[in-house]
Amino acid sequence: MSDEHVLEAHRVTKRFGGLVAVHAVDFTIPDRSIVSLIGPNGAGKTTFFNIIAGIYDPTDGRIDFRGSTMIAHARRAWLEPFVWLLIPVIVGILTAVVGALGAPGGVIAIGLFATIIVLLVTLVTGVARGPAYQRFLRRLGIFRSARPNDMVVAGLGRTFQNIRLFPNMTARENVLVGMHSRLAASWIDALLSTRRNRAEEERARKRAEELLTLVGLKGTGDQLAKNLPYGDQRRLEIARAIGSDPVLLLLDEPTAGMNPNETAGLTALIGRLRAELGLTILLIEHDMKVVMGISDRVTVLDHGEKIAEGTPDEIRRDPKVIEAYLGAPPV
Amino acid sequence: MSATIAARTSPAGPPSPRARIEDLATRHRSSAIVVGMLIIAVGLIVLPKIPPLSLIDREDPWYDTFANAGVYILLAMGLNVVVGLAGLLDLGYAAFFAIGSYTYAYSNSPFAGTDFPFLPMLLVGASVAAVFGIALGAPTLRLRGDYLAIMTLGFGEIVPIVFLNLDTWTLGTNGIGGIYRPDPLPLIGEFTPLTPFAYFILMVGIVTVAMILLYRMQDSRIGRAWNAIREDELAAAANGINTVTTKLLAFAIGATTAGLAGVFNASKLTIVSPEQFGFAVSFIVLAMVILGGMGNIWGVAVGAFIVYEIQVQGFKQLNKVVEGLAIPVLKDVNFTDYQYLLFGGALVLMMLFRPEGLFPSQRRRRELHIAEELAGPADDEIDVAAGAAMAGSLGATPGSGEDQPG
Repeated sequence: MSDEHVLEAHRVTKRFGGLVAVHAVDFTIPDRSIVSLIGPNGAGKTTFFNIIAGIYDPTDGRIDFRGSTMIAHARRAWLEPFVWLLIPVIVGILTAVVGALGAPGGVIAIGLFATIIVLLVTLVTGVARGPAYQRFLRRLGIFRSARPNDMVVAGLGRTFQNIRLFPNMTARENVLVGMHSRLAASWIDALLSTRRNRAEEERARKRAEELLTLVGLKGTGDQLAKNLPYGDQRRLEIARAIGSDPVLLLLDEPTAGMNPNETAGLTALIGRLRAELGLTILLIEHDMKVVMGISDRVTVLDHGEKIAEGTPDEIRRDPKVIEAYLGAPPV
Repeated sequence: MSATIAARTSPAGPPSPRARIEDLATRHRSSAIVVGMLIIAVGLIVLPKIPPLSLIDREDPWYDTFANAGVYILLAMGLNVVVGLAGLLDLGYAAFFAIGSYTYAYSNSPFAGTDFPFLPMLLVGASVAAVFGIALGAPTLRLRGDYLAIMTLGFGEIVPIVFLNLDTWTLGTNGIGGIYRPDPLPLIGEFTPLTPFAYFILMVGIVTVAMILLYRMQDSRIGRAWNAIREDELAAAANGINTVTTKLLAFAIGATTAGLAGVFNASKLTIVSPEQFGFAVSFIVLAMVILGGMGNIWGVAVGAFIVYEIQVQGFKQLNKVVEGLAIPVLKDVNFTDYQYLLFGGALVLMMLFRPEGLFPSQRRRRELHIAEELAGPADDEIDVAAGAAMAGSLGATPGSGEDQPG
């Protein structure tokens, strides 16, 4: 778990029934680099992406993100319900003991009430799976993969292959949703409309405006996401993803369906994201001009297996890669 | 949001007075609600004193129905959080209403032998309902769409049946009677069967507070998260929203509001019994939310008021008018008996011609009337199809409601 690697994947495997979508892939992303993941259609790129983002659990292997294991196959998960029941059962037993010793009815009623409340609190804690709760489980040897929102909190932002903006929200609201995990106002702040809440909203709006400007969408904040031109929707999705101040940004085919002009603009934007925000970027891309132009390293997947890894120049000359894309040369 | 509209409707020149008022109301939301509720309250106080309402009934019965309508306004505003904002279809909402009512019955009745002050009991009833909302939501909120609806439907049936069958503790069908009315409050006065005006004023206060709090939630970061979940749950999760807790919060807030309504209802009716909380209540509240305009708190409140007044006064007057006109077959029809048929029909028509409700939220209008918007990018047609599918699925709800006996 070295510091210079933002993300390390160790022998990650994902099976869907009989289909092995990703097979024993080792993969690292150095800090502040732009790494591309390429491969023919159906090579398992997006599956691998979704594993990193916490959407799929891997069948085998593990992923370390920023020095701690975030994603792996669940371990001792069956213990978790018992942990939930532990404290309420203790309180319940205490109540029963106190009752047996002849305590007045009021005490027993309070004990029963406490049991129910404790049960409820554990249930909510367990369902919410906050960071403290996850650390506690880890100490007990129980491990479950991080969920997508946990990965965002840990510092990962992503976009989707087929744009998934919130279509009926404005561009600004989309970015504000992206910033959700970095805003601290609780529901109590919201109910009381505290000064902290209002100040934070004010700051968040300003920041959203900055992010929109950064991706080149200045002045479109009030437009509905679905009314933006296609290229701008891609840019808005990037703005939303960096709203959570990620360390690692996953871009799933950011230039798909763009004309050469838009592609060049977006390529420049990706370069600027690294330069200005210090982001590390993992890219899935089919446009070789983009891949070869901005990547520090390229990894090639085919049929779920890593067949090559290296600098763009090495990849360009790699016979295995040429075979995967063009077929084997006739003998 | 209103600032946006203002900018769009009048790109050049100063904004229209209406847009300016809307903008002001958005920026000073809580004050705007207080002013609005004051105007409405004064209007409702004056209205029964002048024709045509004064011809139909005396003042006090009118204030009585207004206060009762407030119960449904609270219910509709609460369900609106769950259905309209977070997009979770809840078909068993009456269960939380029942829990709030029974909480008050268990603390302020001869059956319980205790009598606690009313205002704290409002909070207690709301909290108990919230606890049940969380207890129901925590294990089930990972379900989506239809499955969640079926689960809530089941819960909505279980709660009244439990109250019906645990007759040692709930007195079964008879229900718990003789519930104590609230103690006299300063400025409002005493609460007796002969002073519905006091209940009316109290209700205006409760609705105002509930509305301010709900608007604050809607405008906050959490309201945005609800919207995001409603639009695309996976994308919301991939942007750092803890979908489970956010949905749970929507559920809990919905239940809390229902609990408030329940406590008020129990203290006003002075009796709670299981049949007050059947599926018909869940259905009518959902109908109110849809008719009023899902997602728009004001719209839903007005929708609930209108539907309730039609239910208790409208049909009665319709009977009288039709009898008076002596129309052959219709004069023998009792319209009150057919109210669910009529509501079902109204919902079907609504879904066909105005799916966003009478007073739509800005967002819904955008979603459902895409053709009238500026030509958007390629996926517009898909959105139209999705909108139609949604209208269809909501239209199905009243269909199933029609066969429900009242």
